[in-house]
Amino acid sequence: MEMELLNELQKFLETEKDELVSEVPNPPPKKIRLQELEDGIDRMDNLSQNGEGKISIIEDGSIASKNSNLNVCNVCLGILQDFCEKDFVKMVCEKVGASGFEFTNLVFSVSFPPQLSVREHAAWLLVKQEMGKQSLSLGRNDIVQLKEAYKWITHPLFSEELGVPIDGKSLFEVSVVFAHPETVEDCHFLRAICPDCFKPAKNKQSVFTRMAVMKALNKIKEEDFLKQFPCPPNSPKAVCTVLEIECAHGAVFVAGYCYISLAGRYNKYSRNLPQTPWIIDGQRKLESSVEELISEHLLTVFKAESFNFSSSGREDVDVRTLGNGRPFAIELVNPHRAHFTSQEIKELQQKINNSSNKIQVRDLQIVTREAIGHMKEGEEEKTKTYSALIWTNKAIQRKDIEFLDDIKDLKIDQKTPLRVLHRRPLAVRTRIIHSMETHYVDEHHFRLYLKTQAGTYIKEFVHGDFGRTRPNIGSLMDVTADILELDVESVDVDWPPALDD
Amino acid sequence: MATQPEVPVATVAAEPAVPSLVDRYFTRWYKADVKGKPCEDHCILQHSNRVCVITLAGSHPVLQSGKTIKSISYQISTNCSRLQNKVSGKFKRGAQFLTELAPLCKIYCSDGEEYTISSCVRGRLMEVNENILHKPSILQEKPSTEGYIAVVLPKFEESKSITEGLLTQKQYEEVVVKRTRAATDTS
Repeated sequence: MEMELLNELQKFLETEKDELVSEVPNPPPKKIRLQELEDGIDRMDNLSQNGEGKISIIEDGSIASKNSNLNVCNVCLGILQDFCEKDFVKMVCEKVGASGFEFTNLVFSVSFPPQLSVREHAAWLLVKQEMGKQSLSLGRNDIVQLKEAYKWITHPLFSEELGVPIDGKSLFEVSVVFAHPETVEDCHFLRAICPDCFKPAKNKQSVFTRMAVMKALNKIKEEDFLKQFPCPPNSPKAVCTVLEIECAHGAVFVAGYCYISLAGRYNKYSRNLPQTPWIIDGQRKLESSVEELISEHLLTVFKAESFNFSSSGREDVDVRTLGNGRPFAIELVNPHRAHFTSQEIKELQQKINNSSNKIQVRDLQIVTREAIGHMKEGEEEKTKTYSALIWTNKAIQRKDIEFLDDIKDLKIDQKTPLRVLHRRPLAVRTRIIHSMETHYVDEHHFRLYLKTQAGTYIKEFVHGDFGRTRPNIGSLMDVTADILELDVESVDVDWPPALDD
Repeated sequence: MATQPEVPVATVAAEPAVPSLVDRYFTRWYKADVKGKPCEDHCILQHSNRVCVITLAGSHPVLQSGKTIKSISYQISTNCSRLQNKVSGKFKRGAQFLTELAPLCKIYCSDGEEYTISSCVRGRLMEVNENILHKPSILQEKPSTEGYIAVVLPKFEESKSITEGLLTQKQYEEVVVKRTRAATDTS
């Protein structure tokens, strides 16, 4: 068997370059133009590196994996030998199947050990040299990257095995990470030559990341490289190991979890509903919560493990949120289904709205994780408008409240309200009441509409919080005032984008 | 936090249809004859979140008609002024720690009488009311709200036990009734 192969290869070597025919099935179109040349060079790479008579199998990987005496390729470290045949792909696909994710397409990402880039670079320099001897010039881009070759081979195999197309924009990612512990130190010489490429960063185990190594390889002078690194590279004893096979659904894949983010705006019509579950000593004090009413359905439909709910500020249990509602965002963790059309999201929104009259949701949409920053921005910077029903101890007439309409940009100092002092630092916060509008009700009541800076405690502005918010409605009117009802009329953040319903 | 359900709008009335701010969020506890001084009654407003506001009870001599406050001082000893209390962070570090008998302030009246107000609860001193320094009459006009003396935050573990040595509203009222009876009996 081996002799046959050896003969075949020798015949191959004697073939003129022009007669080389591509045997790689269906490479991406952009490469077709240079296809023949590139394939020829690719093979030459592998062959010339093994000029010492060792065989490198390109296409028929099955032999490589079964023959333990076979030498490991000193460029691809076995990746094109052992890890691009059907058996391996099948094994990965079994894992994907076992994960329980639903998907209609996938994006395949593979991570090679950084030292592989060093070896590729060495091979490239050697090929360039050889070509130079034949008075042929060769650009770096004329060479097929190992990663591309790997994907050319494996994509159709994955596609076939899983029955779905490969799509770079897919939200479902299958990732395979390779490592080669034996040659980890191959990169280290680069640090001596280009130290600023390898600055230690916190959270990184090794400073020799692929990015850093690529950067250094671009910087290093050919002569310096050839001095420090053997060309052709040494042959390793073992092939790469598969460090991890992961599949993840969603827009973001972070530290082993994946998230998909949704945003929208909610209205709150109940005066008896907390934002988050109200549980003390294991006992629920009030039924349900804003976040649960919104998230319940999303968790189910997206088949997610858990969620993180956040909003642009929040209101008390007894405060309603009217108008366009308050922006919120939900991060669903490890969704097992994440592909939804905008029509399906609209239907999901309708489902939430039909299930409760305490809250209503609008503008529900999938967003990127970064977009959540817009919402938190709103929390500190934007204005809010409110309406409050105010009681006064002294009898009042219309003229007694008119002056409030004329006050613009009133500065107030609010000490941390007593009702939150147990969990917030003691501080004085200056806030601005931009404008007010009064509506007389009767001798002891009036409605106050106010537009305020974000972070203003409205209730305390009305009753004064033991004189710890100054000025306050009571002090401005020289009465004892109290707040009977509060509604949020608008949260002036223009995110998420409004959708036509 | 609020435990009130939907609030009906009141028709014309001098009193709100709902309890006052204090009644909504606080429980009133009392300590009578603090430090053995007759009638020097204190009222501790305990919020549902365990924050305590120290105030004078209605029966305290300072709040009786005819009394004029000359000045109030938070300098309770040569080395200690409650005004110097500095609290930082969510866990209120740096606060002066108070025991039940710790003095909060001294009230000097125009008739020469001097009254010391005590903490009555153990905990960290959050703040003393500086507004009454500038306008002592507030203390007499609104003793339960703007005229408060201090805010104290008991330890989380002690938040229930601090009220063990204090009187409920009902018990306090009985004490006052007994006192009045005793006073009329002797006169």
